[in-house]
Amino acid sequence: MNQQVHKKVESISFGIFSPKQITEASTAKVVTPELYDKEGYPVDGGLMDLRLGVIDPGLRCKTCGQKLKECPGHFGFIDLARPVVHIKFVRQILDLLKSSCKSCGRIIIPDESMKRYVAILDKIGEEEGFEARRRKIKEIVRKYKLKEKCPHCGTKQDKIKLEKPYNFYENDIRLSPIEVRARLEKLSDEDLRIFGFKQKDFRPEWLIITVMQIPPVTMRPSITLESGERSEDDLTHKLGDIVRINQRLFENINAGAPEVIIEDLWDLLQYHITTFFDNAVAQLPPARHRGGQVLKTLSSRISSKEGRIRHNLAGKRTDFSARTVISPDPLIELNEVGVPTKMAMHLTVPERVSEWNKEYLKNYVKNGPKKYPGANYIITPDGKRKAITVETQEEILESLENGFIIERHLIDGDVALFNRQPSLHRMSMMCHKVKVLPGKTFRLNPAVCNPYNADFDGDEMNLHIPQTEEARAEAKILMLVETQIISPRYGLSVVGCIQDAITGNYLLTKELVLSRNEAVDLLYACGQTDLSDLSNKDKIDGLEVFSILLPNDFNFIGKDKSGNDVKIVDGKLKCGYMDKANLGQESGLMLRNIYEKYGPSYTADLLGKISKLGVTVLARRGFSIGLSDIDLPKEAKEEIINVIDKAEQDALRLIDTYYAGNLEALPGRTIMETLEVRILEVLNRSRNKSGDIAMKKVQNSAAVTMARCGSRGNPLQIAQMTAIVGQQALRGQRISRGFSGRTLTYFKREDLSPKARGFIRNNYKSGMKPHEFFFGAMTGRDALMDTALRTPKSGYLYRRLSNAMQDLKVDYDGSVRDASGRIVQFSYGEDGLDVSKTKNGELDVQKIVHEVVGGKN
Amino acid sequence: MTLNVLQHQFVPKHSKVSDSDKEKLFATHTIESKHLPKILITDPAISSLGIKAGDVIKIERTSRTAGTTEYYRLVVEG
Repeated sequence: MNQQVHKKVESISFGIFSPKQITEASTAKVVTPELYDKEGYPVDGGLMDLRLGVIDPGLRCKTCGQKLKECPGHFGFIDLARPVVHIKFVRQILDLLKSSCKSCGRIIIPDESMKRYVAILDKIGEEEGFEARRRKIKEIVRKYKLKEKCPHCGTKQDKIKLEKPYNFYENDIRLSPIEVRARLEKLSDEDLRIFGFKQKDFRPEWLIITVMQIPPVTMRPSITLESGERSEDDLTHKLGDIVRINQRLFENINAGAPEVIIEDLWDLLQYHITTFFDNAVAQLPPARHRGGQVLKTLSSRISSKEGRIRHNLAGKRTDFSARTVISPDPLIELNEVGVPTKMAMHLTVPERVSEWNKEYLKNYVKNGPKKYPGANYIITPDGKRKAITVETQEEILESLENGFIIERHLIDGDVALFNRQPSLHRMSMMCHKVKVLPGKTFRLNPAVCNPYNADFDGDEMNLHIPQTEEARAEAKILMLVETQIISPRYGLSVVGCIQDAITGNYLLTKELVLSRNEAVDLLYACGQTDLSDLSNKDKIDGLEVFSILLPNDFNFIGKDKSGNDVKIVDGKLKCGYMDKANLGQESGLMLRNIYEKYGPSYTADLLGKISKLGVTVLARRGFSIGLSDIDLPKEAKEEIINVIDKAEQDALRLIDTYYAGNLEALPGRTIMETLEVRILEVLNRSRNKSGDIAMKKVQNSAAVTMARCGSRGNPLQIAQMTAIVGQQALRGQRISRGFSGRTLTYFKREDLSPKARGFIRNNYKSGMKPHEFFFGAMTGRDALMDTALRTPKSGYLYRRLSNAMQDLKVDYDGSVRDASGRIVQFSYGEDGLDVSKTKNGELDVQKIVHEVVGGKN
Repeated sequence: MTLNVLQHQFVPKHSKVSDSDKEKLFATHTIESKHLPKILITDPAISSLGIKAGDVIKIERTSRTAGTTEYYRLVVEG
């Protein structure tokens, strides 16, 4: 592997081979279209000539003497009986012909203005590139072309036209490739420079093919079918056609055949060579197989999604990776990933045998590839790779020495990179520790769903196993889940408790009182082994149980979701409930402060414990929702009905005043608009009011608990179920269109009343009237359309942004610069703050001073 | 009567950077003028400053997070 560097590439330039270079670089001249002789041996001078490289195992290349896979292949050539136009250079040839004189070969620009134009062209060429330069020349020459005379020799110029795809006409007389070539030969080197052909010693006549390169057989290998028959590559087929026609052309010319026949063959040769380069030229019928299938020739090998660039170069596949469906497992650690045993037996980690781990590694070899944990391959110090099988196992075990590398199965604790597309930010790819589990899916802690934006409705994720010590170290230090807890976007924790974990902790800290036994059992179940802080009381309340998890010197003052104070003094939760505001992702400073004080791994551990505590509490207590969760007492129901009735009457009264012409317009609005605004105002007020009543009067059920602590659902949704669904709106307006003059045929025309304009006065539990259901369906459809149309749009917008800014970085002087060192911002984000070191984008100066100087609270 | 853009609340203060300050700026960031962001010489906000191409303009902006910040632009010909 460690090869000495003998030569270093300094620059690469692209150009065109001259006929001389082609023949000199070739190893064989191809003269016959035959491929193999009767014995099946490649014919000398044929397209499969052994000098062009080897594709059969066992044979040696006649040029370099190497075997299959060692020999890179060598180019050959054929002499064309008549020159043909290279299809990919037709445009350039046309440009050159059009802007040069037919007799003297100079550019049709007078000498005196040449200097001026060269300067303009150089500037354009530098700023906008080669193509723009070409376009500008055409523009300039067109001006002089109108004079129809060459400014150098005075010859009258004729109009040259391109008959697509490759025939040139001058005044409707065809120019043969020979004539075109003769014209191009006349062009002087200085003039070519003006055209921007900067390659040294380049000659435009090379754009017309006289000698054609034959690609090596290694890039067009034949396939041996099961029947023993050989099937040749499409390129070989095409080359066969070219060689055959070329030979026939030679013979006919030598035999002095009539001009018509020669012309026909010449045309055919041109066609074959054209389709060899590009089989999708607009005006040509594509060359096909006998079955009618289009041949895949050079251009189609490169372009399109399946081409070399996007498929092989940009779309490299990687070894030691896996992909499968994900599912949740709240009991594994935050930084773990559950890997199916089956996968663990295919994904391997190389480990080098040394004096100290020899016995340990031998166990893997003994287990072999079929028994977990085993090993699949060994690599000897001289780089040979051997598969471990039942037959080779004994021998390998004997020969095992220091320096051997064993590719053993994945085991618990190995590092892996875990990723979900689209990889929009750095938390989309994080390092996890492997935990091998039964089953067929990747398991992950639900708390890390947020950074990956994953859910479990069928999402798949990818896993990569770093293969070197350096890669593993880098992954662990830079990408481990706990190092990514604080988002660089807003400086808060991106992972946090979700769903059951929040509900569980909320209930625990709010209402649970446990017996001492229960408390100990609970804490032990969620991984807390040090229970010395637990008081000796018989009854222990939830606050104390929760406090056991917190570090003893932790102080925190904050608010919970409903605005009550949360106080933690010396690691004891004094008051307040633990809900989404403090435990949830992207909210609250509790996790942020713990991270700052105790570091990444402690935070991850604590978060894991808290989340496990919540889940366990909930599982032991029991938690379930049902229809009766959203029952309201009778008085509350009546109260709500009264509120809504009153609002509807108010709205109708407004409509009456409008018709009576007594409605006063609000500033800047028409009377009609005023009416709409006033109606919406009245109805919304009633909706809020009845929602409040519902929320206050609804019994303390599971659904309400979840809405209160923020684990699922919100008060508005509770209100929609218990009290009133409310006004449906399209584009911020009441529903106003559908049929002529009315929303649904159920109503009279021009009916402005609340119920005719999408006001749903029922709730989901009582059930909706048919017209109300239709209004709900309208807004539902609108919302669905909106998300379906907006998601790809905003996704693409984000992609463009991140691609445009991907190489901006903060330099040592605090400035933001792009890859070429140009300054974008003089101080990052104007204030130079590293957001991930702040709390929600703000710097708590007081706290810093307090910590540094000390003093009282 | 034309609108004076300089008096608009969204137009921050533009001023010309003196040659010595310019050198200082280049030194602190170890940059050349080509690394600076650009501003057109025809920009209305600097039309009354009497500048020429190659000058550096200092822009003092109010910032929600940092109070005021300084930004520099190189004057270029259109």
